[in-house]
Amino acid sequence: MSARVRVVAFARVADLVGREAELPIAAGARVRDAWECLVARAPALGALAASTRTARNGRVVDFDEPLADGDELALLPPVGGG
Amino acid sequence: MAERASSASVTLAGRSALRRYSRHLLIPEVGLAGQERLASSRALVIGAGGLGSPALQYLAAAGVGRIGIVDDDTVDVTNLQRQTLFTTADVGSSKATVAARHLHALNPDIAIDAIAIRFDQSNARDLVRLYDLVLDCTDRFSTRYLINDACAIEGRPDVYASIFRFDGQVSVFGAGGPCYRCLYPSAPPAGTVPTCAEGGVLGVLAGIVGSFQAAEALKLLLGIGEPLRGRLLLIDALGARVREVRFERDRDCALCGDEPAIRDAVLEEDDEPLTGDVEEIAPERLDDALRDAVLLDVREPHEAVLGSVDGAIAMPATQLEARMHELDSARRYVVACRVGAKSLWAVRRLRDAGFTRLQHLRGGLLAYAAQRADFDFF
Ligand SMILES: [Zn+2]
Repeated sequence: MSARVRVVAFARVADLVGREAELPIAAGARVRDAWECLVARAPALGALAASTRTARNGRVVDFDEPLADGDELALLPPVGGG
Repeated sequence: MAERASSASVTLAGRSALRRYSRHLLIPEVGLAGQERLASSRALVIGAGGLGSPALQYLAAAGVGRIGIVDDDTVDVTNLQRQTLFTTADVGSSKATVAARHLHALNPDIAIDAIAIRFDQSNARDLVRLYDLVLDCTDRFSTRYLINDACAIEGRPDVYASIFRFDGQVSVFGAGGPCYRCLYPSAPPAGTVPTCAEGGVLGVLAGIVGSFQAAEALKLLLGIGEPLRGRLLLIDALGARVREVRFERDRDCALCGDEPAIRDAVLEEDDEPLTGDVEEIAPERLDDALRDAVLLDVREPHEAVLGSVDGAIAMPATQLEARMHELDSARRYVVACRVGAKSLWAVRRLRDAGFTRLQHLRGGLLAYAAQRADFDFF
């Protein structure tokens, strides 16, 4: 049985990959690997790599944070409207 | 009882004031002492738009003693779908001036400063210093960073909110917690994050999120509750869900990290999207160009109702991969979208696929419409 993370996306990222998604991850995967897997599905996501923050289980982390089975990974692009 | 309380009051004179705030006086966490505290508080609201409308109305109604409104813009008819501080009759008037007039009618007992200028680095620190806290209700990233930096340097909390389509963010920066740059170190590259003018926003979301922002401001002024310090609130109106993530001070933060590089509030201009080697045409040259080129409109289908150019090929950016084979690589195309961000991406994608005769409409169809009165587009 492969490990999975639950992705919750916001704003522009949600427009591109949907609000929630299940993503299989390999052993030793990091946030960056999950992100690149999503970019493969939605190439326009690539332009947001530099500005999007991620949170693992409710805590903001960097792209090199390791992921574990069952984690929730939130994708938080900047939002500027007012 | 009321008389005695009233006579002890320095800022809330008379029974009419007590009557006005009676629903606050009934809350133990506010009470007369809290209401006095609000009356002697000063809040600066930067941006009298979608977020500013509810935030200003609730701060004024709550009796915050002095409210500054910074906005150099005028009311536009496209604002009225969400900016409930304005009426149709206000179109064309200064937002700061009109807002001040409406708020004065709502609560004549407070002082309102209508500051109808652009918040920029020449005035940022001086303005921020005059108030106890700041509400960031702006709609551009460069101003958000300027507010964050000025607030940190002047030691004022930055009550932040932002909106896009169905999604909102709220947080409190500074005030002993991490700052905006700890979360988002610098502004996103131009053209990568759509604005509300570009992508739209559900009108009532501005009301929800701006009201949340006002609640955070009032809590800070009253010194009650748990502020959103080090927490980013994520409001999803479509799913009717509210989530939060926690973040900490970034030791590498350029503003509040261990070795800060930023020591003054300096505006970092929003740079133009990097067009690189993409050939651009100016909006005033589009008519000429279309004599021997075809307009390729890469907006999404639902955007067509806002206006379209006759003879254009509609090929939404999201369908480009699947449908680019319908295009003739021998022909010349001018690629356009609403504001010129998606179209830039589309030009690059088409070029990678072997198309060579491509031009990009700078500023998109909005810029084209701005200089052609007979083109009905909004
Ligand atoms: Zn910081």
